[in-house]
Amino acid sequence: MLEEMASKVRRHIIEMIYGAGSGHPGGSLSATDVLVALYFMEMNHRSEDPKWEDRDRFVLSKGHAAPTLYACLAESGYFPVDELKTIRKIGSRLQGHPDMRKTPGVEASTGSEGQGLSMGIGMALAAKLDRKKYRTYVMLGDGENNCGQIWEAAMSASQFKIDNLVAIIDRNKLQLDGPTEKIMSLEPLGDKWKAFGWNVIEIEGHNFREILAAFKKAKETKGHPSVIIANTIKGKGVSFMEGAVGFHGKSPSKDEYEKAMKELGGD
Amino acid sequence: MKKWELKNQRDAFGEALVELGEQRSDIVVASADLSCSVKTGVFAEHFPERHFNFGIAEQNMISACAGFAAAGKTAFASTFAIFVTGRVYDQIRQSVAYPKLDVKIVATHAGITVGGDGATHQMIEDLALMRVLPNMTVIVPADAPETKRAVMAAAEYKGPVYIRLGRANIPVCTDIPECQDFEIGKASIMREGADITLVGTGIMVAKCLEAAEDLKKHKIDAKVINMSTIKPMDEKTLIKAARETGGMVTAEEHNVMVGMGSAVAMTLVENFHVPMKRVGIRDSFGESGTSDELMEKYGLTVDHIVDAAHDVMKRRGR
Ligand SMILES: Cc1ncc(C[n+]2csc(CCOP(=O)(O)OP(=O)(O)O)c2C)c(N)n1
Ligand SMILES: [Mg+2]
Repeated sequence: MLEEMASKVRRHIIEMIYGAGSGHPGGSLSATDVLVALYFMEMNHRSEDPKWEDRDRFVLSKGHAAPTLYACLAESGYFPVDELKTIRKIGSRLQGHPDMRKTPGVEASTGSEGQGLSMGIGMALAAKLDRKKYRTYVMLGDGENNCGQIWEAAMSASQFKIDNLVAIIDRNKLQLDGPTEKIMSLEPLGDKWKAFGWNVIEIEGHNFREILAAFKKAKETKGHPSVIIANTIKGKGVSFMEGAVGFHGKSPSKDEYEKAMKELGGD
Repeated sequence: MKKWELKNQRDAFGEALVELGEQRSDIVVASADLSCSVKTGVFAEHFPERHFNFGIAEQNMISACAGFAAAGKTAFASTFAIFVTGRVYDQIRQSVAYPKLDVKIVATHAGITVGGDGATHQMIEDLALMRVLPNMTVIVPADAPETKRAVMAAAEYKGPVYIRLGRANIPVCTDIPECQDFEIGKASIMREGADITLVGTGIMVAKCLEAAEDLKKHKIDAKVINMSTIKPMDEKTLIKAARETGGMVTAEEHNVMVGMGSAVAMTLVENFHVPMKRVGIRDSFGESGTSDELMEKYGLTVDHIVDAAHDVMKRRGR
């Protein structure tokens, strides 16, 4: 069921980016399984009432994966699936990067990397102030861990004992200019987060059993924020995009589009 | 009018960097995980030991460049305009502008013509941010060849410089004798005219030239100025043009509240006041779309300049 939805979301991603002629396929495809698990299993949310007070919050800090978020929102019923093809077009509700004022279900305007975790901290602290049960999930890129603000956020989340907050790192090992370990090495990444006071859970990020188990573990952790390091493959699901830094921010050609759709089970 | 060739400012920037690297061993270059897009990657290929990729950490990059400069280097820091101005404003203010260090900030992908990425990536307030900083020089080259000339001039000059470049391939309009000797703080007159002055900067210079052609059909003889240095502004040329033509239109791909046009307006108000109109983005964020669609929607086409010129002429009773 989740697997099927993930394939569907991946097809939407390719169609959106191909249709727009620009966008970020690599990081959208690597983030897909985690977002599908969140929207179609883990999170409490109501597409018919996007501003429902008790909804779990999701912040896509790596805003360039907007196609994945839009596909999940459309398939959840926040807006018609047909609207996906308007992404990046003038006048569309679906901007190149998420816009919380334009798109129902989008919780934060992101795109400049490094800011989403701090927004998540504000949301999670507000939940505590309001004695609400909702949880806040923030997805970060691994390259995004270069940003100083991420570590400012990391420090403050453990200072404030924000245990209703979960950060998920899409550990696809690539950033824009190349491999993360070559551009600005992150390892030992888990130890760094541990040193900042976080409960660190490392998983295979394309395995739904592991993803859901990690969410559960995070929920059981009290007094500390949790970070899930989801080991993923950039471009996951499309053979020639997998691990290809060139597909970070490039739309597929017509041939590539057709090949990708076939691989993803499209007709 | 002659059809212009299209060229990319970023390629010209990369070329200039490599030339500088060959001429001077004190040139260092910094990137922030966009070295391929902003063409610092070309420098990195030639001089790997003098290129530093700071990853997605622009603040660190800017202050490190200040350190390079304090230690005697001329440092170029380059990434998208959105990430190399607002995000690092305090680093630029405190560690570069205040101590007047030799750091050149080269911002690419400026303005609304960024297109599909949307408002989060469309920097339309950078000229405002940079021009209010004491010690900062602000340059907006009109095309690719002028980009190269500007980068070379900036390297020659000692002190902080901000250079604003776009993403797209744009018309080469400065291949005329008047534009060959690039001098910081010197505007160039691209076309003589007696009835009105059109002042453009960046990609709007070519549009001003087109607008002047259009105005000719209406018997309006327009002078066109390429205001490639926003700060220090060439007040002499401006005031002279105001005296000679009696009316002025400015055009910029920037928030009209506080960019080049407002700097021109201030100069004129204090020196020689003439009817004037500013073409630019009317204090709003941009959005996703194609460059052309956005230029139309946000008021940055040749027609917008022509209309503004007619409006100024009408106010002068002509
Ligand atoms: C502050 C900032 N600097 C630069 C960029 C340009 N940029 C967009 S995506 C990206 C690389 C992101 O790498 P990562 O976080 O690993 O994302 P993923 O691999 O999941 O696509 C960069 C540098 C940005 N969006 N924000
Ligand atoms: Mg990555």
